[in-house]
Amino acid sequence: MLNGNTMETGKQQILSLLEQVPDPEVPVLSVIDLGIVRDVKLQEQEIEVIITPTYSGCPAMDVISMQIRMVLLEHGFKKVKITSVLSPAWTTEWMSEAGKEKLKAYGIAPPNPMQTVCDVNLFAEEEAVQCPHCQSYNTSMISRFGSTACKALYKCNHCLEPFDYFKCH
Amino acid sequence: MKEAPISADSTSQLINQSTNQLISYTLHLADNALILGQRNAEWTGHGPVLEQDIAISNIALDLIGQARNFYQYAAKLTNETTNQPNNQPATEDTLAYLRDSRDFKNCLLVELDKGDWARTVLRQFFFSNYQCWLYESMKKNKDQTLAAIAEKSLKEVIYHLRWSAEWVVRLGDGTTESHRRITDALNDLWPYTGELMANASYEKYLLNEHIAVDLDSIKQPWLDKTTAVLQEATLRLPPNQWMQDGGKEGNHTEHLDYILMEMQYLQRTYPGVEW
Repeated sequence: MLNGNTMETGKQQILSLLEQVPDPEVPVLSVIDLGIVRDVKLQEQEIEVIITPTYSGCPAMDVISMQIRMVLLEHGFKKVKITSVLSPAWTTEWMSEAGKEKLKAYGIAPPNPMQTVCDVNLFAEEEAVQCPHCQSYNTSMISRFGSTACKALYKCNHCLEPFDYFKCH
Repeated sequence: MKEAPISADSTSQLINQSTNQLISYTLHLADNALILGQRNAEWTGHGPVLEQDIAISNIALDLIGQARNFYQYAAKLTNETTNQPNNQPATEDTLAYLRDSRDFKNCLLVELDKGDWARTVLRQFFFSNYQCWLYESMKKNKDQTLAAIAEKSLKEVIYHLRWSAEWVVRLGDGTTESHRRITDALNDLWPYTGELMANASYEKYLLNEHIAVDLDSIKQPWLDKTTAVLQEATLRLPPNQWMQDGGKEGNHTEHLDYILMEMQYLQRTYPGVEW
């Protein structure tokens, strides 16, 4: 039987292994950075990893589950159960600060520090997003929907480069 | 006459009946999302400009994601109630790919052809406006699974609602041509909006159990939002008229058979085929 202390060490060990599992669509981010791993539960013979999808139709979720399984298997954990939960719904507030830095270095603007999600007011001005290339705030949104569900399409009016914005959600 | 004591058998029948209504309701929610998602996906690669092609495809993806969550729940409920060992267990795939059109419970609005861009964005606006109020209420539902799906989906629907409403305004208050097209779409689609907010038999049943959202309660907020957006788009709200219905009870237009034929062809021809 595992006691409280070994449980905690075991959980930390699993969590640090999961830092090796990248998001297949934004490979600089790990599933930990993204905040989609909600909990790890250790039973005697089995590990349960509880994850939550970013968007309902996110096609990366199946790949992510498989990769979590693979990484844990490589480290000798044979019985792994992956449970997907929907509530509470994922939010970009769960993204780690380290993750935001990695995104920016990769050329994707991280979610704005002040969490402002899409509201229903038509044609409302969005809060300025900083260009990840030249740091200018003189940018404009091209489309609220980008190459993946979690991103919006922006352009920088200063350096004229287009870029992705990981939108607040 | 003295009432017969409730036997264990009739209790389980009652539970079964209630679960069957819940399965119908969940399938209705799933079918709505799947069929509109499939319709919108017809634009992928054919959108008027690249950014809007991506936008409508994103919306299609969100809807199909919502449909998957509802189908998975319906499959779980189905497998829990039917305990015949010879039955193939239901899965999200059997529910989407192996049911006939009479078993589909989506509203007629979502199955209609995609038409031009005006018709597509106006339909999306009517539907997202409905889904927004529906999920807002459903996230406080007694049924924990439905509540969780609603909470998750609502965040996405707000994007859809805003995007589609902006397009309605852009086209209505745009050029003579765009105004004419969206006016045509409005006249065509309006008779299909009533069904969105009419309680079907399974909803009436589940209302007594405080599970279904009472669609009467979202009529007014839906109409207020619609009126405001149409007004900004310089469009006139159509007069009161006869409303089409039937889809929620399995009576569909011919459009549904065509979409199912395309969607289900592969699984029907090569059962169990995988990528």
